[in-house]
Amino acid sequence: MDWGALHTILGGVNKHSTSIGKIWLTVLFIFRIMILVVAAERVWGDEQDDFICNTLQPGCKNNVCYDHFFPISHIRLWALQLIFVSTPALLVAMHVAYRRHEKKRQFRKGDQKCEYRDIEEIRKQRFRIEGSLWWTYTSSIFFRLVFEAVFMYAFYFMYDGFRMPRLMKCSAWPCPNTVDCFVSRPTEKTVFTIFMIAVSSICILLNVAELCYLLTKFFLRRSKKAGNPKHHPNHENKEETKQNEMNELISDSCQNTVIGFSS
Amino acid sequence: MSWGFLRDLLSGVNKYSTGIGRIWVAVMFIFRLLVYIAAAENIWKYEHDEFECNSKQPGCENVCFDHFFPVSHIRLWALQLMMVSTPSLLVVFHVAYRENREKHHNRKLYKRPGEIDGGLLCTYLISLILKTGFEIVFLILFYKLYNGFKVPRLVKCDIKPCPNTIDCFISKPTEKMIFLCFLVATSCLCIVLNLSELSYLIFKYSIKCYLKRYTKKHQ
Repeated sequence: MDWGALHTILGGVNKHSTSIGKIWLTVLFIFRIMILVVAAERVWGDEQDDFICNTLQPGCKNNVCYDHFFPISHIRLWALQLIFVSTPALLVAMHVAYRRHEKKRQFRKGDQKCEYRDIEEIRKQRFRIEGSLWWTYTSSIFFRLVFEAVFMYAFYFMYDGFRMPRLMKCSAWPCPNTVDCFVSRPTEKTVFTIFMIAVSSICILLNVAELCYLLTKFFLRRSKKAGNPKHHPNHENKEETKQNEMNELISDSCQNTVIGFSS
Repeated sequence: MSWGFLRDLLSGVNKYSTGIGRIWVAVMFIFRLLVYIAAAENIWKYEHDEFECNSKQPGCENVCFDHFFPVSHIRLWALQLMMVSTPSLLVVFHVAYRENREKHHNRKLYKRPGEIDGGLLCTYLISLILKTGFEIVFLILFYKLYNGFKVPRLVKCDIKPCPNTIDCFISKPTEKMIFLCFLVATSCLCIVLNLSELSYLIFKYSIKCYLKRYTKKHQ
């Protein structure tokens, strides 16, 4: 399973996130993707082979009953959830790449307004989350929330809760009468399911917190502008740039390249 | 299966694409390649072993499996991903050819070798048409080979050496159907992206051409 590509793309997004966004990314990588790859796959590896039914009728145990109780495997559902939840971050990456592209175009045309000395500076620059980038960032968080909620609900709906029972009764054709079927490693699977659900909930909380933080910042900035029309852009820029640099030094440890988007 | 080569190819293509082209590359990577590698491959891994027929007749299961799955879904999917990504190579080759020419003549022949105009525009449009063509061909192939996009739980088989008509059961049919629907949806999305990119480029360059002719006339 090649999660390296996703890791590289998300690492690039990390640069332009808020602090809560960076925590979310860390939680995503360590507690979800790593756990999925390292542990969960082993636990669910033999799920169909070790799903035993009390019948010798061909087609009953391996196919019909298994398909009836597991329309889509937990592992695949989590993999899809991770892919969908990570995707909105791409919107931000695309927006940043577009802004960089515009600034490069301005620089090439020799625009007087452009304040960069060379192309390298444009490439390395970190954009503040304001203006249209704020809207892109906020909608990406909103979509993340929606996807997390949808997948959690789909999980709950498909498996009637988050517990994995030891015994299931199957009466689908061609099984003769009602047949007892036994799931392999039910307790271990329940533990991992609860773990993934808990981490999912933490991610939802982080996203909600980030959304509130961004909205608060937006309204504060608006009221500041309304109350004080003559602000000193240079002074504000310097302070915020210093804070940005500090944030980067403290928390930026991921890769800074985004596949293809940084060219 | 090592998809690293395809991934590198697509990243290289990204440099010479329009905005819509970049969205196409992102959709290809994340919703098709990653989903294929992360999820789909495992579902179809033991499809032959898990295909069960209600008969002890030796050879019956093999014959029935071969009859219902002439080419496995997963192989067809992999072929589709490869064929659809390949036309982008034409653009990469053309840009490399341009850079080579500049080096050979030792002077600047083009404003930027990667700028989509003139011959490169034709190559780009041809690659878009080929991509769309391949997508449609594979979707039709899927539909024709498997009688739609549904995967049934039970299939009835009466080919020799199976005695009479026997029941055969396909493993994980629901999961396979979910991922096939996903495949079809992403395929259609890519077709829509390709067609919009095609119309955008044709529109943009016809306006450019018209304006050039208009200013020439007035001069």
